[in-house]
Amino acid sequence: MNYLEHIGKYFIMLKQVFKKPQKWSVFRETLFREIEDLGLKSLGIIMFISFFVGGVVAIQTALNVDSPFIPKYLIGFATKRSVILEFAPTFMSVILAGKVGSYISSSIGTMRVTEQIDALEVMGINSLNYLVLPKIIATLFFYPILIVLAMFLGIYGGYVAGILTGRFFSEDYIYGIQLDFDPYFIQYALIKTLVFAFVIATIPAYHGYYVKGGSLEVGRASTQAVVWTSVVIILLNYFLTQMLLG
Amino acid sequence: MIEVTNLYKEFKGVPVLKGISTTFEKGKTSMIIGQSGSGKTVFLKCLLGLHIPEKGNICFDGRNQTALDIKAQRQLRQEIGMVFQGGALYDSLTVEENIMFPLKMFTNNTNAEMLKRVNFVLDRVNLVNANKKFPAEISGGMQKRVAIARAIVMNPKYLFCDEPNSGLDPNTATLIDNLIQEITKEYQIITVINSHDMNSVMEIGEKIVFLKNGVKAWEGTNKEIFKTDNEAIVNFVYSSNLFKKVREVYLNETK
Repeated sequence: MNYLEHIGKYFIMLKQVFKKPQKWSVFRETLFREIEDLGLKSLGIIMFISFFVGGVVAIQTALNVDSPFIPKYLIGFATKRSVILEFAPTFMSVILAGKVGSYISSSIGTMRVTEQIDALEVMGINSLNYLVLPKIIATLFFYPILIVLAMFLGIYGGYVAGILTGRFFSEDYIYGIQLDFDPYFIQYALIKTLVFAFVIATIPAYHGYYVKGGSLEVGRASTQAVVWTSVVIILLNYFLTQMLLG
Repeated sequence: MIEVTNLYKEFKGVPVLKGISTTFEKGKTSMIIGQSGSGKTVFLKCLLGLHIPEKGNICFDGRNQTALDIKAQRQLRQEIGMVFQGGALYDSLTVEENIMFPLKMFTNNTNAEMLKRVNFVLDRVNLVNANKKFPAEISGGMQKRVAIARAIVMNPKYLFCDEPNSGLDPNTATLIDNLIQEITKEYQIITVINSHDMNSVMEIGEKIVFLKNGVKAWEGTNKEIFKTDNEAIVNFVYSSNLFKKVREVYLNETK
């Protein structure tokens, strides 16, 4: 199947996904389960990675601005910019594409090969709407929270790294993160997060839903889902940056 | 009544079903038999609307399933119960939640009412003390019973089963066969079973449709199957010495 066919099939899938849920009470129940599975269960890894990435960014910046002519508060400034603009929204989304994307793809794929999706269809349930829409809403709702948390922890990680290594003073760092603060950058990061959240929920769902075969194919679909989700996130990141900041 | 007329289905230009016509009646257990690759599963999936046939009609009490729009087809499917070969139970839900799922989705019953209905069908399939267990925690035979319970919980008019006793020991297989037949009679539903199991065919097959290479090679009852001289069905059903012997005894007794 060529790429155009996949793209067409993906949009046809979305058309089925965005239908009114057949029963709101069931939808609400599923949504809460998805928020837990796709959001809350990712909290730990996101907190851990963002804290250490923030620390590494601050140390790297400190090592590279060794000149006495460059003020030390630039370390805090650069860490804040890097974390808010790229590390939190893009880097964390790629991490989530791996963790959540493989989960979505393999769980839906397993449902496909064990005829659980056929069972839904035979009951008269729109399986795409039932399985995928709660995932989209859950990621759209929860990922901005995750990414904002990643921003705070990343910047805090830089602060802690500075104190522990003694490469810069905390006053400089705090001054740097307050310097030239533009709220639009937060908006920009959140817009990107929402787009990436949609991609993370739908591309793996597509790969899982249309899998054919057995467990081997489910594994392959899962790998492909992660690869394609990451590729699309990186490409969209480029275009969104150009559109929103260019 | 389910009326199938001239059903034709192909995959990538290769015909799998070549003009099958038959009927399935209320209160009777009908069976589709045939070798692997004969088109049984495709036929069943066409009946369920999971495959769209290239030609032909499938009428459920006068409603042509192939001509219905998606909404009407979903409506029709709420009248269908299906027992999949592997059970197709939802792994993340308990036995009780699995059976309650269609009720939650399509009725406005209270939780207590739904629970009462779940316990009733679980009792009907002779499954007790399994409500809170997950599918992975129960045996294959119990999973089949849960699948049957889920299939009948909405009081379906039509029940389809894809190899309901595959992978089960002979004793459990007989219990499942009897259960399906009892339910069919009790609720006067149209039951269509896809099976390889000749024991089931002989025991509960009130109507048998034999498929060979995508065509209907024979149809009749489990009594007629002993007397037929149709070469295709004789070679298929009496391929084992045991069944050959059974046939000889039956024919001698009925002479």
